[in-house]
Amino acid sequence: MPQVTYIEPDGRAVALEVPTGASVMSAAMNAGLEGIEAQCGGNMICATCHCYVQDPWQQKLPPPSADEQLMLQNVAAELRDNSRLSCQLIMRPELDGLTVQFPERQS
Amino acid sequence: MSSQAPIVIVGAGQAGVQIAESLRQEGYGGELLLIGEEPHPPYQRPPLSKKWLFEAGNPTSLAIRGAEALARRRIDMKLEARVAAVHRDSSSVEFGSGERLHYSKLAFATGSVPRILPVPGATLRGVLCLRGIADSAAISAAIRRCGSEGRRVVVVGGGFIGLEVAAGARKLGAAVTVLEGLPRLMSRVTAPIVSEAFERLHLAHGVEFVFNARVTELLGEADHVTAVRTADGREYPAGCVVVGIGVSADDRLALAAGLACDAGIIVDECSRTSDAEIVAAGDCTARRLPDGRMLRLESVQNAVEQGKSAAAALMGRARPFHATPWFWSDQYDVKLQMAGLSHGYDQVIARGDVAKPAFSAFYLRDGRLIAVDSLNRISDHMLAKRLLDNGLSPTAEQIADASFDLHSLVKQSA
Repeated sequence: MPQVTYIEPDGRAVALEVPTGASVMSAAMNAGLEGIEAQCGGNMICATCHCYVQDPWQQKLPPPSADEQLMLQNVAAELRDNSRLSCQLIMRPELDGLTVQFPERQS
Repeated sequence: MSSQAPIVIVGAGQAGVQIAESLRQEGYGGELLLIGEEPHPPYQRPPLSKKWLFEAGNPTSLAIRGAEALARRRIDMKLEARVAAVHRDSSSVEFGSGERLHYSKLAFATGSVPRILPVPGATLRGVLCLRGIADSAAISAAIRRCGSEGRRVVVVGGGFIGLEVAAGARKLGAAVTVLEGLPRLMSRVTAPIVSEAFERLHLAHGVEFVFNARVTELLGEADHVTAVRTADGREYPAGCVVVGIGVSADDRLALAAGLACDAGIIVDECSRTSDAEIVAAGDCTARRLPDGRMLRLESVQNAVEQGKSAAAALMGRARPFHATPWFWSDQYDVKLQMAGLSHGYDQVIARGDVAKPAFSAFYLRDGRLIAVDSLNRISDHMLAKRLLDNGLSPTAEQIADASFDLHSLVKQSA
């Protein structure tokens, strides 16, 4: 199963197996990671599953939809070029090794 | 009272699990017990009236946190357990079984209970309301049966829950009649322009509406509902009846224990109750605002933010919650997002394409922005949150001027 490495706000790295087709958000919530809230449960309403995609993965992901780009404007932490909503990142085998970092705050 | 006694959280929903997790994040190292009446670990409720109705899913996919994650944080759960009473004099909770358990501190996260139709026949089989996973599954099954038997689903109440269920029923192929007691949909929370957009949307999907309908009786045969009767004597045949006429804060245990309640457990902005050892969070609360008004919110955001505040309060820290309230509803392909509270507005201005619908209703009071409802206008919703969070307000003229860039107001202040 493909793996994703999550970097918590305090710098701890946590590697999780994420089933193909599942979102990067859902695996993080299931594992109880601290840097994510995902208040709306993946409905793209709340922008509380914000993450920074580490190099070189940003280029390998499908670009954010127009709606996701709009949502990103309202993240609580700093918006960066590599900001994404983890509920919109769907796991595929070729994303094995994806690394994302959670910001200091989600709301 | 033993110093070893756990912090006890009554209610294992969104607010309850947030209090537990936030307590650990706040550094609480003692025992922690989350008590829930349902057999499920904490799960998300919003999908129950939305895609959960028509997408047969696995309950574990609704889980807020995985069981292992909760165990690792030493968040103990006692599920399928009903707390019958809270004894503040002995700092203990009493279960339905009679068993008693001491607490060091207590949190109420008991949620809300659906209002029951106060009419004869309300307890007939086939009369359903929505609170938990089991209710959602029962509604889904009843709708499917109506669809296959060619019988009508009658929804009582044209609010969020009623309309989401109506949309789900149409997706499942059942005919739907919505009986609404007032002259328009969602009238307590939205302006007529929003109500009308949703009425058109549902009409286009074949939903039948009856407004100003006062339900007086549910009729049945062999103990199962067959029709709904209204005050004007009309009868609406029904294969099942879904009642969505609002919820009441579940403050029953707190009230019986003598905590200050007013249609909800009264809390301040830091989730503190009238008892220094007890906090409360989520739908079960009524918040006293600085100006003395009482505010009751039913939302995930409120459960999460009040839950964080409640955990901080249990640790002796003040964490007031002030953020702009937000809510959402999914009906067919329209996403309704609401920011702020429109109650008391004196002016409403639409921006966008009302017919499509892809527009926002901006609510003003005394010329200041207080809330925005957005239909398929994510950009407006996000902007509204930023404006309201920062106390910024466009003028009525700026809102009405489609060529004016409202984002420029946020940029100016940044």
